[in-house]
Amino acid sequence: MAAIQITDIKKNYGTLQALDGVSLSIEQGEFFGLLGPNGAGKTTLISIIAGLIKASSGTVSVMGHDVQSDYRAARGRLGVVPQELVFDPFFTVRETLRMQLGYYGLKRNDAWIDEIMENLDLTNKAETNMRALSGGMKRRVLVAQALVHKPPVIVLDEPTAGVDVELRQTLWKFIGRLNREGHTVVLTTHYLEEAQALCSRIAMLKGGKVVALDTTNALLKQVAGSQLKLRLSGAPLPQSLSALQIPIESSYTALRINHSDEIEPILATLRLAGCVIDELQLQQADLEDVFIQIMDGAQQ
Amino acid sequence: MIGFQTLFYKEILRFWKVATQTITAPILTALLYLLIFGHVLDKHVQVYAGVQYTAFLVPGLVMMSVLQNAFANASSSLMQSKITGNLVFILLPPLSYWELFGAYVLAAIVRGLIVGLGVFIFTAWFAELSFVAPLWIVLFSLLGAAILSTMGLIAGIWAEKFDQLAAFQNFLIMPATFLSGVFYSIHSLPPMWLTVSRFNPFFYMIDGFRFGFFGQSDVNPVHSLAIVLAFFVLLAGVALTMLKRGYKLRG
Repeated sequence: MAAIQITDIKKNYGTLQALDGVSLSIEQGEFFGLLGPNGAGKTTLISIIAGLIKASSGTVSVMGHDVQSDYRAARGRLGVVPQELVFDPFFTVRETLRMQLGYYGLKRNDAWIDEIMENLDLTNKAETNMRALSGGMKRRVLVAQALVHKPPVIVLDEPTAGVDVELRQTLWKFIGRLNREGHTVVLTTHYLEEAQALCSRIAMLKGGKVVALDTTNALLKQVAGSQLKLRLSGAPLPQSLSALQIPIESSYTALRINHSDEIEPILATLRLAGCVIDELQLQQADLEDVFIQIMDGAQQ
Repeated sequence: MIGFQTLFYKEILRFWKVATQTITAPILTALLYLLIFGHVLDKHVQVYAGVQYTAFLVPGLVMMSVLQNAFANASSSLMQSKITGNLVFILLPPLSYWELFGAYVLAAIVRGLIVGLGVFIFTAWFAELSFVAPLWIVLFSLLGAAILSTMGLIAGIWAEKFDQLAAFQNFLIMPATFLSGVFYSIHSLPPMWLTVSRFNPFFYMIDGFRFGFFGQSDVNPVHSLAIVLAFFVLLAGVALTMLKRGYKLRG
C-alpha cells in the first residue's frame, strides 16, 4: 500500500488548468521531493491530498484511505505544514498544540508535545502567545502542529522559505529522524540543494503536469558528468569545442565533460587556438542543472 | 467526540479571553437601553395590563442580547479564522461536519446565554419581574440562541470579507431583532406592519420568551415554539449541508 496514491488528478479554476492529469505513487518510508517553479501546481496538489480543496477529477488516497469518501481516516494519517505563516492569535504555543492534538480526536499527550517542542527548540516559548513569536518561531509551531498527532505521512509545503540556517538544521534533523523511524515525508521546496540532500525520489511538476519522476540519483545522472567553467581571453572558443558548450548566464564559458580525462585535450585545443585561460573551475552537476534542463525541455 | 470537545473548548476560550468586548460590553449596552427607554417611557406606555413598561422591556432586552451575541460569536470567529488563514487548523484534522456544526453553534449559544444572563441580572434590579412559566424562558432562550448561532455560522461560511458580514448583520439581523417586539407589542403597530411582523421569526422568539415571564403574549406560545423550532431545523439543515459540501471552505 502506497503512503500517498495519486491517480489522474485534474483541477481547473475556470479556464485555468492548475493540475492536468497528475499520477504519483509515494511509497511508505520515502523522503519524496515535489519540485517545480511557482505556479506549477505543487500547493494545489498538496491541498487536494489534505482535503483542503476538491479535485475536478481523479482520486487521491492516503495510506489506502480515499481523501474524499474516507476523509476522516485519510486526514488522521496526514500531517501538513502549510506554506502560509498562519497562527491563531488568541493562544499560547502550548494551547495551540494541545488543541491541535484534540482536533485529531486524541487524548492529551503532554509528554509528546514537550518532546516536539524540545526537538524544535520551542520549549522556552511554550507559554508565549503566538502573536509575540518571531516569524521563524511561528514556522516551528506550524511544524509542531503538523506532527502533534504522530501522522505516518508528513507533508511539508516550503517549510524553509525565509527561515534562518539554524532552524533549517534543527528542522531537517528532526524530520530526518522521523523519516528513519518510518514516517513518509513529502517535501516541496525551492532550495534544490536541500531536496538533493534529503529526498530519495523526486517528482518535478510544470504547468500542472509531472515532467520528471525518478530517484534523485537517476535524475542527477541525466545531466551527465560535470561542468568545466572557464574565463577565456585572447581568442574566442574554437569551433571544435562549441558542441560541448552549455549556455549559462555569466561571463564564464561552460563546457560539458563526462570524465576528468577529457580536461587535458580541451586545454590543449584552447592553447592551440590562442585562448588564454584566466580562470578555471570544475563543477559537479547538481539538481539545479537537472531542474533547469528538465524545465527547459518541458517548455519545448 | 474529543475533536468536538476540543473545538467547543477552543471557541469558548476564544471569547472568554476577550470577555470585555464579548461579554461586558453588550451587557452595558443593554443596560443603557433599559435606563433610557425605561426612564422615558415607563410612565407613558403600558403594553400588558398590570405590567410596567420597564418590566416588559427586560425580557426583550435579554433576548435581544442573547440573539445578537450568539450570532456575533459564530460569525466573527469563523470569519477571523478565514481571513487570517488559521481555519486551516480546523480543516486539516478529521473533524466531521457534525462536529464543526455542534462546536461552533454550542459555543455561540453559551456566549449568548452568558450575555443574556448578565443582562438579566443587571436589568432585573430596575423592574418587578414575575416568572410565570420558567420552562418557556429556558426553551425559548436556548432555541433563540441556537437559531442565531446557526445563522452566524452560515454568514461566516458565506461571507468572504468583513464588509459582507457587516451587511448580513446590519441589514438582516439588526432590523429583524429591532422589529420583533423587543421595545413594543406588535399589536400597537399599524395593520400592515403587524402583518409584516408575523413573518419575522425573531418576533416569535421574543414573544414566546416574554410569555415565560408574564404569562401574556401576542400569540399563543405553543404556536411560537412550533415556528421557532421549524426555523431552527431549516437553518441547521442549510448549515450542515454547507459544511458537508465544504461550501466556500474547501475550494
